[in-house]
Amino acid sequence: MALRQCAIYGKGGIGKSTTTQNLVAALAEAGKKVMIVGCDPKADSTRLILHAKAQNSIMQMASDAGSVEDLELEDVLKVGYRDIKCVESGGPEPGVGCAGRGVITAINFLEEEGAYTDDLDFVFYDVLGDVVCGGFAMPIRENKAQEIYIVCSGEMMAMYAANNIAKGIVKYANSGSVRLAGLICNSRQCAREDELIMELAKQMGTTMIHFVPRDNVVQRAEIRRMTVIEYEPEAKQAEEYRVLANKIINNKNFIIPTPITMDELEDLLMEFGVMEEVDESIVGKTAAAEAA
Amino acid sequence: MAAMTREETEALIQEVLEVYPEKAKKDRAKHLAVNDSSLEKANKCITSNRKSLPGVMTVRGCAYAGSKGVVWGPIKDMIHISHGPVGCGQYSRAGRRNYYVGTTGVNAFGTMNFTSDFKENDIVFGGDKKLSKIMLEIEQLFPLNKGISIQSECPIGLIGDDIEAVAKKAAKETGKPVVPVRCEGFRGVSQSLGHHIANDAIRDWVLENRDGDDSFQTTPYDVAVIGDYNIGGDAWASRTLLEEMGLRVVAQWSGDGTIAEIEKTPKVKLNLIHCYRSMNYIARHMEEKYSIPWIEYNFFGPTKIAESLRKIAALFDDTIKAGAERVIARYTAEYEAVIAKYKPRLEGKRVMLYIGGLRPRHVIGAYEDLGMEVVGTGYEFGHNDDYDRTIKEMGNATLLYDDVTGYEFEEFVKRVQPDLIGSGIKEKYIFQKMGVPFRQMHSWDYSGPYHGYDGFAIFARDMDMTINNPCWKNIKAPWKNQVANDEALKAVA
Repeated sequence: MALRQCAIYGKGGIGKSTTTQNLVAALAEAGKKVMIVGCDPKADSTRLILHAKAQNSIMQMASDAGSVEDLELEDVLKVGYRDIKCVESGGPEPGVGCAGRGVITAINFLEEEGAYTDDLDFVFYDVLGDVVCGGFAMPIRENKAQEIYIVCSGEMMAMYAANNIAKGIVKYANSGSVRLAGLICNSRQCAREDELIMELAKQMGTTMIHFVPRDNVVQRAEIRRMTVIEYEPEAKQAEEYRVLANKIINNKNFIIPTPITMDELEDLLMEFGVMEEVDESIVGKTAAAEAA
Repeated sequence: MAAMTREETEALIQEVLEVYPEKAKKDRAKHLAVNDSSLEKANKCITSNRKSLPGVMTVRGCAYAGSKGVVWGPIKDMIHISHGPVGCGQYSRAGRRNYYVGTTGVNAFGTMNFTSDFKENDIVFGGDKKLSKIMLEIEQLFPLNKGISIQSECPIGLIGDDIEAVAKKAAKETGKPVVPVRCEGFRGVSQSLGHHIANDAIRDWVLENRDGDDSFQTTPYDVAVIGDYNIGGDAWASRTLLEEMGLRVVAQWSGDGTIAEIEKTPKVKLNLIHCYRSMNYIARHMEEKYSIPWIEYNFFGPTKIAESLRKIAALFDDTIKAGAERVIARYTAEYEAVIAKYKPRLEGKRVMLYIGGLRPRHVIGAYEDLGMEVVGTGYEFGHNDDYDRTIKEMGNATLLYDDVTGYEFEEFVKRVQPDLIGSGIKEKYIFQKMGVPFRQMHSWDYSGPYHGYDGFAIFARDMDMTINNPCWKNIKAPWKNQVANDEALKAVA
């Protein structure tokens, strides 16, 4: 099977890293060879696989060694649960330097050092919050990830972010082969959340590939720095991740998304009662002005 | 070739514009004009200080070049760190021939390259720590430095390094001025914004250093020379004249200059501005804040020198006025001999210029003193106020070209057929290969000084040896070949 490269995007705090690692664990359990590339300066994309606090990142080690040319692949590539390969790009503390350049440098390093071996079935890029600059778009440029999954929930801002990410994908999809492969709904237990995300997915031209329900076992496993798949394989939640993994293995629905307009998104949110109808007459009026 | 009429020059501009696509034509048309010296304001005829079009082969530089290369670089006793990757510092090192007195590496650093040599890591993690370390090392290795400036290269503005905080901390530790300059190359449309940013950095980080300190003994005759970069020794040839007329030159900005001179400038009675384009900002600031008047002057060629000396002297008492006359009288025989020697060899020769800063207008007088005529001129990065000053200096119906493109300049030369072109290194070999005598007028073609009476003698000699060089007999301009061909054909017929 040819290597499939997938990138996971989504609003900050939505559960990208947790979902990715549980999904990857399920893929590994199904016999797939997988590598995770963390593309976030926080470097927390591999901790559940490695049972570690935070993996030493490529950029941190390059900084310690002097330059990225001084690094060897085995310095940065760690192997965890069921032989899942793990690397973290790493980057600066908040407020200094350029995290985007860190992602570019790290991915270039992995390519040059031959980290993308023939035996791999999947590479997953776990990318920070939003496509804020060219650096965080690196995983979806030519010859990198071809499939993008957006993690979202029924909350307004998560859907807003998902739509924005789709806009970023359109740019690269038109010039390359990257495609949107589906929305993963990581439930926040909002009302009619599944229907809402399915409708959003439909309007964006894609599907909700899976609805991952909320379950405290995920947190219990996280405290132990483990995925649910490893911590409690018989848990109902583990089965959800297996289903997600299977859907991804069999996914063929790769499309250029059709992001919706702000008005369309608001209409959708109002239809599902997530948002109240905006009363245009009060826009820009202060409390004092309204009282008068 | 006879002088072109207004109609001919206008037709030439239209013809040259013809090859451009519609949008480019519309833009470039605004930058090309036929001079009308009756106009008060140049904005009636020409647009300047706008973004260059892609693909036109502009010869402009960047904001970093304006700050590091022009304004700050020549301050000899400071160390100027090119903060970012190595190339900007290396390729702006010692190229401008700002002469200085001092021992390089000990108490003067003008021709050296100090850089933070950015690598991937510095981009990703930020360069603040490295910058702090460099300053520490500078203090250890070059303890006689009198201060440091941090010249930002492009990445600094992208990754948001806090160079101001690093500068403040270092200044506290060393007790010397440390000046952060936000002159990232991508800012503005040319090096011109870099001059402005550099002026502002001097204003904000240096100029007030001796406010309230009266220990410097002033005289009524204190002046500062501003906007002379001492290329080939220009400032020295200027300074002697000012001193001979009785003035005391307290500071040179910034050719062969020191940080102490700059700090003392707010104490002077008059600021003398040579390169208006790069330094008018600080002169205006000192006028506002310290009530120091400023005037522009021109030390190219005896006519302009005498005019300027008298204009400067008029602002002082009779001793200085008498001093100016004495200086002019003293050098008269000398410059008359220069004119007597070279004018017969240069009379009637026509010149086209394309340079930066002040020269597109300032050198016109020197050529005229030699009986030559400037028939076309333009600025790389001038503003409207430069062209305001230029239209008065140029003859009617001459060509003005702003941020000229490679194509336009070549076409103008082919049609105007000047006897000499004065421009930069990028133009030099193109025109020499076309068989047109050429002088590199940024660095005086490794000659100079050209300022002052001493400089005029060198200027005249250089123009003569370029125009009347026997080598041109062996490389004919293409149009001259055409004439020869036509004549040959006629003779055959």
